[in-house]
Amino acid sequence: MSKTLLDKIWDIHVVDRRGDGRDLLYIDRHVVHELHGPHAFQKLDEKGRTVSRPDLTVGVQDHTVITVPGKKRTSAHIEAMRAGARKHGIALVDVDDPEQGIVHVVSPELGIALPGLTLACPDSHASTVGALGTLAFGCGTTELEHILATQVMALQKPKQMRIVFEGTMTQGVEAKDLALHLIRTVGVDAGRGYAVEYAGPVVERMEIEARLTLCNMTIEWGARSSVIAPDEKTFAWCAGRRGAPVGDAWEQAVAWWKTLVTDADAVFDKEVRISCDNIEPQITWGTDPEQVVSISETVPMPGEGTQVEKSRRSLAYMGLEPGQSLVGLPVDRVFIGSCSNSRLSDLRAAAKIAKGRKVAEGVKAIVVPGSSTVKRLAEREGLAAILIEAGFEWRESGCSMCAGANGDVGIAGERCISTTNRNFENRQGRGVRTHLASPAMAVAAALTGKIVDVRELMKAD
Amino acid sequence: MAEPFTILTGVAAPLMLDDLNTDQIIPSEYLRRLHGNLADGFLAYMRRRPDGSSNPDFVLEKPQFRSAAILAVGENFGCGSSREHAAWAMAAFGIRCVIGNSHAEYFRENCIKNGILAVSVGRENMNSFARVVAEIDGSSAFTVDLEAQTIFVPGTAHLWQFDIDAYEKTVLFEGLDEIGQTAKYRGQIAQWEARTAQTRPFLQTLRLDGGRD
Repeated sequence: MSKTLLDKIWDIHVVDRRGDGRDLLYIDRHVVHELHGPHAFQKLDEKGRTVSRPDLTVGVQDHTVITVPGKKRTSAHIEAMRAGARKHGIALVDVDDPEQGIVHVVSPELGIALPGLTLACPDSHASTVGALGTLAFGCGTTELEHILATQVMALQKPKQMRIVFEGTMTQGVEAKDLALHLIRTVGVDAGRGYAVEYAGPVVERMEIEARLTLCNMTIEWGARSSVIAPDEKTFAWCAGRRGAPVGDAWEQAVAWWKTLVTDADAVFDKEVRISCDNIEPQITWGTDPEQVVSISETVPMPGEGTQVEKSRRSLAYMGLEPGQSLVGLPVDRVFIGSCSNSRLSDLRAAAKIAKGRKVAEGVKAIVVPGSSTVKRLAEREGLAAILIEAGFEWRESGCSMCAGANGDVGIAGERCISTTNRNFENRQGRGVRTHLASPAMAVAAALTGKIVDVRELMKAD
Repeated sequence: MAEPFTILTGVAAPLMLDDLNTDQIIPSEYLRRLHGNLADGFLAYMRRRPDGSSNPDFVLEKPQFRSAAILAVGENFGCGSSREHAAWAMAAFGIRCVIGNSHAEYFRENCIKNGILAVSVGRENMNSFARVVAEIDGSSAFTVDLEAQTIFVPGTAHLWQFDIDAYEKTVLFEGLDEIGQTAKYRGQIAQWEARTAQTRPFLQTLRLDGGRD
């Protein structure tokens, strides 16, 4: 029988099929961060339970980490995570580890996430590592405790949807733009109940880091998991990573990974085809990730594409009028970072535009590399020097202004261009007006002090 | 292990905004402390103005809804972050039942695991349910009967049925400990591990001592 990529990974991980319609699915890798880990450790301790497979579990410190250089990088969460990891014998990528960083950046970097594996992480952006062909699930704290104790999840198999990106991406357009365009097209809850496979020629041509960005945004339209078939690019990217198999084991792994493709006649519950030929740089105007326009468009009238009351509420929060162009709007803050866009390729794109230019006066622009590894490589490559010279703050790695759980937030009324994944009201600080965009668009805004079409700056180069 | 859910009687409040996300339900400000005051943080920026005073225009700040136990909610309720604090905050505030068309997946699962019934009465019935919740305006209580899968207003003809997955019903009804349930499969899990260690050994080993950049 024909199978999808997801079927193939799912089927080999089924420990048992329960009578209630759920499969017990084995979790090969469990990656836990300090915002939720400590609560689960506490519950385990209360019941005298232990961690089933500490050797397959990894802890990271990211959400509450202070990113201002030179400041003491600690919090109650960080300390509790450290104590829990020590007690249960779990490897911890701690704050001072040279490879510390955001869980969804670190997991692929360290080869914790690999093709064909199942991975769980108590975070809705767990799907990010689907870019490598890893079937990942986010979860809450109770489920986190369940996985720690049992190494399985009890899951109903999701319906399956394939998103096929066709045509060609034009210059100045990045994976982030594709994701935002997709969410606008299908709607913010279109993925509920589905697992997603991203496919098509555009995805095949994409580099791994761009695929990570695409898969990162999956939950923003309601789906929990997303995968991309692993290919030669994936294998090359994974080779030599710390957690990757070596020698004969590597050869065996690659031979298996090559079979992890959706069969030609496999059927999806739903398929959506998106042409990339005419996608421009995208930017959000509202307070959820479906409230998106192309940079050449104006803010839609309430009720266009989304519900009237919601639109009005979003417009009021964002201080915008229907029919208005976003181009030219002054910005106060620019944030380049998060599990969505903080990898080396993102910083390269940022530095390329920033080179020889200056951040506009009055704009607070910060760059928070996704991991200490990214930070080190960017410094080695001279990207950091370019960005610092241009006037960007160069921070230590962490989640920072994406979720604000470390206290990195803006001030009420500020307009912020952000490479993150959520423009929810108050997410980046109470009253902060967030516009999501690609790193290139964010840099362009920092340099000009207003929202602009990055392609204009590119033309000038 | 959550408190068992059998019959709930309480005030129902209308919160019919679509796509209300978990950052709104519990802002990250309230996650910064390990054991923050989650009841205080529940819908904090909607319930309170920036200066900390009550926002009297918001439904849950109206006197008749301050002790609400049931919410009628809009589409895609609880979307965004998978933070379980959203369910914890809701429970801490006193909400034990959320009725809407389309709860976001992570939120819905977190609710069930914390003894909060998050279900749909069906798209057609939701309109009448939301209308009755608004009309009654907190003046009389609603009753939710999990075993019968009904929600009704005692002494009136208002009654709606809801669907619920049989397993989730058991989890709620018995306040089931899911780790205990899975522990029954310990043997099968060990067999899977032993088999996989033979067929695909790298799945069963993680050594972070390979190459570095």
